[in-house]
Amino acid sequence: MSAITNPLDRRSFLKTGIAGATGLVIGFYLPGRREVLAAASATPAVLNAWVHITPDDKVTILISKSEMGQGVETSLAMLAAEELECDWKRIHTEFAPADKVYYDPAFGMQGTGGSQSIHSCWEPMRKAGATAREMLIGAAAQKWGVDASECRAENGAIVHSATKRRATFGSLAVAAAQIPQPKDVKLKDPSQFTIVGKPTKRLDTPKKVNGTAEFGIDVRRPGMLHASVEHCPVFGGKVASFDATKAKAIPGVKDVIQIPTGVAVVADNTWTAFQGRKALDIKWDEGPNAAVSSATIRKSFEDACETSGVVSRKEGDAAAGLASAAQKLEAVYEAPYQAHATMEPMNGTADVRADGVDLWVPTQFQTPSQGMAAGIAGVKPDDVKVHTTYLGGGFGRRGWSDFVAESTIISKAMGAPVQVTWTREDDTQHDYYRPASYIKMSAGLDANGKPTAFTARVACDSIMSWFFPGSIKNGLDSSSVEGVSDIAYDIPNILVDYHLMAGPIPMGFWRSVGASQNGFFSEGFVDELAAAAKKDPYEYRRDLLAKQPRLLGVLNLAAQKAGWGTPLPKGRFRGIACLEAFSTYAAEVVEISIDKDGTVNVHRVVAAMDCGRVINPDTAEGQVSGAIVYGITAALKTEITIDRGRVVQTNFDTNPMLRMNEVPKIEVYFVPSEETPTGLGEPAVPPVAPAIANAIFAATGKRLRRLPFKPEDLA
Amino acid sequence: MATHFTLNGKPETVDVNPDMPLLWVLRDTLNMTGTKFGCGMALCGACTVHINGDPIRSCVTPISAIAGKRVTTIEGLSPDRSHPVQRAWMEIDVPQCGYCQSGQIMTASALLAKTPKPTDAQIDDAMTGNICRCGTYPRIRKAIHRAAELHAASAKPASASADDVPSTDAVLAGGAE
Repeated sequence: MSAITNPLDRRSFLKTGIAGATGLVIGFYLPGRREVLAAASATPAVLNAWVHITPDDKVTILISKSEMGQGVETSLAMLAAEELECDWKRIHTEFAPADKVYYDPAFGMQGTGGSQSIHSCWEPMRKAGATAREMLIGAAAQKWGVDASECRAENGAIVHSATKRRATFGSLAVAAAQIPQPKDVKLKDPSQFTIVGKPTKRLDTPKKVNGTAEFGIDVRRPGMLHASVEHCPVFGGKVASFDATKAKAIPGVKDVIQIPTGVAVVADNTWTAFQGRKALDIKWDEGPNAAVSSATIRKSFEDACETSGVVSRKEGDAAAGLASAAQKLEAVYEAPYQAHATMEPMNGTADVRADGVDLWVPTQFQTPSQGMAAGIAGVKPDDVKVHTTYLGGGFGRRGWSDFVAESTIISKAMGAPVQVTWTREDDTQHDYYRPASYIKMSAGLDANGKPTAFTARVACDSIMSWFFPGSIKNGLDSSSVEGVSDIAYDIPNILVDYHLMAGPIPMGFWRSVGASQNGFFSEGFVDELAAAAKKDPYEYRRDLLAKQPRLLGVLNLAAQKAGWGTPLPKGRFRGIACLEAFSTYAAEVVEISIDKDGTVNVHRVVAAMDCGRVINPDTAEGQVSGAIVYGITAALKTEITIDRGRVVQTNFDTNPMLRMNEVPKIEVYFVPSEETPTGLGEPAVPPVAPAIANAIFAATGKRLRRLPFKPEDLA
Repeated sequence: MATHFTLNGKPETVDVNPDMPLLWVLRDTLNMTGTKFGCGMALCGACTVHINGDPIRSCVTPISAIAGKRVTTIEGLSPDRSHPVQRAWMEIDVPQCGYCQSGQIMTASALLAKTPKPTDAQIDDAMTGNICRCGTYPRIRKAIHRAAELHAASAKPASASADDVPSTDAVLAGGAE
């Protein structure tokens, strides 16, 4: 999430994180907590919040993060298993319930985002495994009357070498759960790792090749009704009146009810609920935003940038640096709204009863989902059980709990379990979008082409105004400027200021958040500086990154692997870009060609990443490769535009995704590293668009400064 | 009105509105949720099933249109994940979120049943109707080639050429066909 993406915020979060992680582990060792969890799952012995073992040697690792494709179910299990010394083939996983013990210290709640999972869980998951291991050793030592130091864990069993005795984890688990929790456990030296760092098959794949993986939309409960909601097409609008006579006449429609977000049709199946919506006659009060359009929004951004804003970074004297420059450059860059377009449309299932609520939800954020349902149902949060399903994509969208609220409200009204399903059109038109942004940049270069100053003025929709208003300090939403305010190049004078734009279009975290547009802005503009300096764009960056060894490392690796500077087939051109996001370093080189009609074809992308230690190289490659596809889609194909207060795009015909025939050859390389691991879900997105823009410049001499790049820009 | 058809090799009868799309009959009437809803307009391929061996979009196929036909869903492709496409998908660890993968697998298995050794261009042709937002396309391509190899290896003695694999094949078409 964006709160941790600002470099300053990030550092403070990391500090909190370390303290918080310790607190998590210790906090959980309270005996009462163990009893509660043991009672909740009768058979397994609960060694701690993350490790449960049954007498038949089944080891269950609880996964506190949502699995939305990033492979976290597997990689978190790997971390615990590494220390536990269990048999990997006997590993099972379960998604953790909503509980304070599973809070991510970076967020202060249970949730998945900000490319944070591996970083946050790196130590707690290994400690959970090591603690369970020590308790199993303790139980074996007691049983055999030997000193624990003489015993060791090995492949799912505790072994006493001197007497060649061996006891499986399952046979020791009940006794182990009674052993006092060791306070300090020794973690393995990484040179001893046997699981971490090895390509490991995903635990979820078998369920995802035969249709048995349960996504939110697949939940089926006894007596469950299906609902779908007609939302006001205009943001901020509401129902004025409606006539449900025709909808109610459709066989299978159970009821039509007004809820805060629109009119819900409840039926005995999803399709009938959709049919019911079509038969509704609703008069909308379109509210104050019915005249808002992309053009009016853009004008407000442009106007805002006429005056100075809140300073987000100031170093040296930018005005003096510009005044002394041998040449001066100015440019305006822009980015549009983007929808997340997860393949699984938004949905949620709730069963509201007098004694509590059960939620079956594909949520990225369990704690807000739980709290929201509790508020609606009028019960305590602890009485809301959150069953996290697989997520059919997240990309930040499922950090919001709007679909949880709808299902809870309708279940409460109907007195039955209710599944709410959104159509693709609902999903496209009622997202929490990646912000639109407008930026004016300037730079001065000395006689050698070296930058003397850099300024940027950003006007951007504020995500935090929607999500965490309390995190906005002095009018600065750091998510709006990340990726430009922290520009890494060696420039003596820097001034970045910002206008917080709080419009009616709902904002959310979109894969790589602020860096998704700001990386395009800053890396496009730096390429302009290189051209003005008459330098090679790779060499120019390299010379300005001498003090940034990790970013320089990925830049060099990408250039080398891509064969930067070597001849290309006729009609092919390269572009390069690099950026740090979420404390992971990414550089990419793209190869493109351009058709006569202006269509840009991406043929090859070479990515170099430095995320510290890689946990599972196989899923790591998948995350980077997938992020590149996501980035190309947003660079060349998609945008959300607003007309008359509503979203213009509806389905995949008007919001078209990259398809098989458009996907380039993608190569992913990792810098070997023993640094603490950081995330990979997002950081490969930002360099894609600027690398393509820079390749387009190499091909045509045209600078494209507005996303997405359209054929008409180049025809 | 009752509609009779064959579902994963077994006779099935449903009594629903004849306009109800097969997708929702599968998901909501029969509680077979492996086939996914993605767009409702045949734009994304998440709902792909086989009808008489051809890959079709169940979200726009009314139940009345499949009377008397053979329907195979992801649940019926093999009883034990042994279909070459499923084996290749597992070997290469294709899925990320996995939501589109039922549709990808059904489209790929229909391709391989007719074209046992597809070229990249044939893969593009067949798979372009299936969207994956996680961007697993490179692995899908790799896995389709691998499935072709696995099938050729299992269908032929090791010394035989893979080039003369018959074009209609019970294994590739799915066990329930």
